[in-house]
Amino acid sequence: MQPVQAAPRLPSQDSEVLERLPARADAPRARERARLQQAWRAAPQDVAAAVALAQHDFDTTAADGDPRHIGHAQATLAPWWSLADPPWAVRLVRAQLRQFNHDFAGAVQDLQAVVRAQPQSAVAWAWLAAIALVQGRAQDAGTACQRLASLQPGPLAVACQSQVQALIGQTAAGLAALQQAWQTAGSALAPEQAVWVLTRLGELHAALGDTAAAEQRFQQALALGHEDVYLRAAHADLLLDTARPAQVLQALEGRGRADLLLLRLALAAQAQRDPRAEGWTRELAARFEAAARRGDSTHDKEASRLALAQGRTAEALALAARNFEVQKEVADARALLEAALAARQPAAAQPVRDWMKGLGLQYARLQALLAQLEALR
Amino acid sequence: MSRCLKTWWCQAAARWTAAVAPAARAWALLALAGAAALPVQAHKPSDSYLRLQAVPAEGGAGTRWQGQWDIALRDLDHALGLDADGNAEITWGELRQRHGEIAAYALARLEMRWQGQPCRLRAGPQWVDEHSDGAYTVLPFEADCSATAPTAAASAPAAAPQEAAASAAGGHAAATGLALRYSLFADLDAQHRGLLSLHWQADGPAVSAVFGPTQAVQHFEPGQASGWRAFGQYLVEGVWHIWIGFDHILFLLSLLLPAVLVWRVEGRHWVPVQGFRRATVEVLKIVTAFTLAHSLTLSLAALGWLSLPARWVESAIAASVVLAALNNLWPWMQQQRWSVALAFGLVHGFGFASVLAELGLPQQALATALLGFNVGVELGQLAIVAVFLPLAYALRATAFYRWGVMVGGSVLIALLAAAWFADRAFGLSLAPF
Repeated sequence: MQPVQAAPRLPSQDSEVLERLPARADAPRARERARLQQAWRAAPQDVAAAVALAQHDFDTTAADGDPRHIGHAQATLAPWWSLADPPWAVRLVRAQLRQFNHDFAGAVQDLQAVVRAQPQSAVAWAWLAAIALVQGRAQDAGTACQRLASLQPGPLAVACQSQVQALIGQTAAGLAALQQAWQTAGSALAPEQAVWVLTRLGELHAALGDTAAAEQRFQQALALGHEDVYLRAAHADLLLDTARPAQVLQALEGRGRADLLLLRLALAAQAQRDPRAEGWTRELAARFEAAARRGDSTHDKEASRLALAQGRTAEALALAARNFEVQKEVADARALLEAALAARQPAAAQPVRDWMKGLGLQYARLQALLAQLEALR
Repeated sequence: MSRCLKTWWCQAAARWTAAVAPAARAWALLALAGAAALPVQAHKPSDSYLRLQAVPAEGGAGTRWQGQWDIALRDLDHALGLDADGNAEITWGELRQRHGEIAAYALARLEMRWQGQPCRLRAGPQWVDEHSDGAYTVLPFEADCSATAPTAAASAPAAAPQEAAASAAGGHAAATGLALRYSLFADLDAQHRGLLSLHWQADGPAVSAVFGPTQAVQHFEPGQASGWRAFGQYLVEGVWHIWIGFDHILFLLSLLLPAVLVWRVEGRHWVPVQGFRRATVEVLKIVTAFTLAHSLTLSLAALGWLSLPARWVESAIAASVVLAALNNLWPWMQQQRWSVALAFGLVHGFGFASVLAELGLPQQALATALLGFNVGVELGQLAIVAVFLPLAYALRATAFYRWGVMVGGSVLIALLAAAWFADRAFGLSLAPF
């Protein structure tokens, strides 16, 4: 029962602040939620009211990273949650909630039903593409990106295609297309969309081994001032890959509340022999432990990286292997290869070999890792 | 061995059962929806921590309980609105004033029945605590499940979920043991989980369970019965694992082979031992020493009090077999073979522990399962000795035993174990299996 806490205690001052909530009650997002909740309370069986509130809660998780809102959204959709064929508007939100909990098959089923009913739904096509990318299904992702491009052309649809190209060994072509699209239409994007496209550009540069260009794109995205945990994580990974842990500690100072960033802080501190490494590592392990107690297994990749950094190679390998069964992006492949290398088990990397072969994937770092593994045989 | 010998890691890998929180991996194209912020992994979903401990009472363990329920302030704020002044900070003052309301809200969403009898829950004073994702209110409570307790209209859940579940918990059918129905935040957060840790005895082992929408009702029986089942089951595992653990068997055999012989230093050769009794005493000394040593480290490792790097342990085990076999060819330690068994037995204990870790120990019957496994290992060992000793004794005067078995066998064992050692310590694949 004790993850990290000391013993229960009795505060002495009424003024002692025990917990800080993510937002004040009068913040715009909170006021919007209050409005939607009121409408939903008045008619909890009304599809439109429930879907609006649930989508709002899902988007809040997107903004602040707190998975609690996912549970709230699911509770709002309770009347339809277990139905085989609820209204398409419900299915669209349900798909987003399902994929969040790694029920990719259920999410895809919902989304396919949505695009059957609403072939013009760019959102549904976007989610289909996103999930196919996460699962490494290049062909399905390509199809969805094409539908998306016809409905909503622009840098975002191009970025969708570029990610597919990166998966099938055409990274350079994908990068060129995205750079072109960014130059012509990037200025028209909202800041959060611009951040997203720039992050993709940085990743594509990094995939090709051009760390300087990647760094430049990440800096450009950071300069836009739109807070984005994934961007910060990607940037931190680049810094770690190029042996600059001190910069990671600086860039992520005070941002450890997000698991993704706490992991990078712990890795950087360890590389830098910073005394905070131990505390961060323990904190992160406690969060993983807490999730494990409730039966969640959706953090395997992060837990694997932590285990690897702590020298628990067997655990790291088991986690990375299990993660790769569910998620098949480059980062997932890399986690498995690194764990297999540390455990000196070249055979454990076979799923990645098969996957890369099937796609014709070219990725400098993965290939270097594979070569090191081959040398072990 | 049938367990993976070449790469010890695959054993350890099986131990890992856990992993972690939701990963919003399909952030990618959410941007297209216009609501462009990207989901990230941070915080964790909502959990409460519920601890129940049986209080020894006249009616037997189970009629009275002490509880402690840790509930996140974030969740209570969502349900009850704790932040009175709306400044996004929950102070102790704000929380303290709401204790009665919080206790009533929570306890109305936990239904307990003992032997079908509803329990009356009474809240204690309020504390606070920190878990990995923030501050929690700590709600201590008592549950009185005796027949004389005022009945439980007061503790009937306010939000009544499914009828079927209710009647199952209600004990119409299952009127034995402890039935729990958990519905905290069931209407507000479908991802909320209640993590229960249940103790039938003070400081006894905990039974763990997770409550959620699809497991709102769960049923628990006192542990004794399952303890004996675990004992038997782990005893069988213990026997089996000494039999398939070639390195342990070869170590033991290397020490036992010369037990029916005596080394003559003058002539530098072996002569048969005089009398079955003397051979038996020698064997008993070795087996007892080995048993004491590996039981000790097996227990320490299985309980998590001591651990050594797997690679180190497996290499040391292989080395111990080499040394024991070489000692038969160039004896330097004849009179105190039991002390060799004692010293290296400590290392072999860690090896057994890894097998046990692979099996996993039932938390509710940790001690009995561990004891069962230990006893099983000893029984398996004794069975080997029971076959070995009469045979070796009968053959001890023959050239076949002294040259074929003793010298030839020891050479083979030493070679095989040396290959294991090279494999385990340096990753060189020389071992045939």
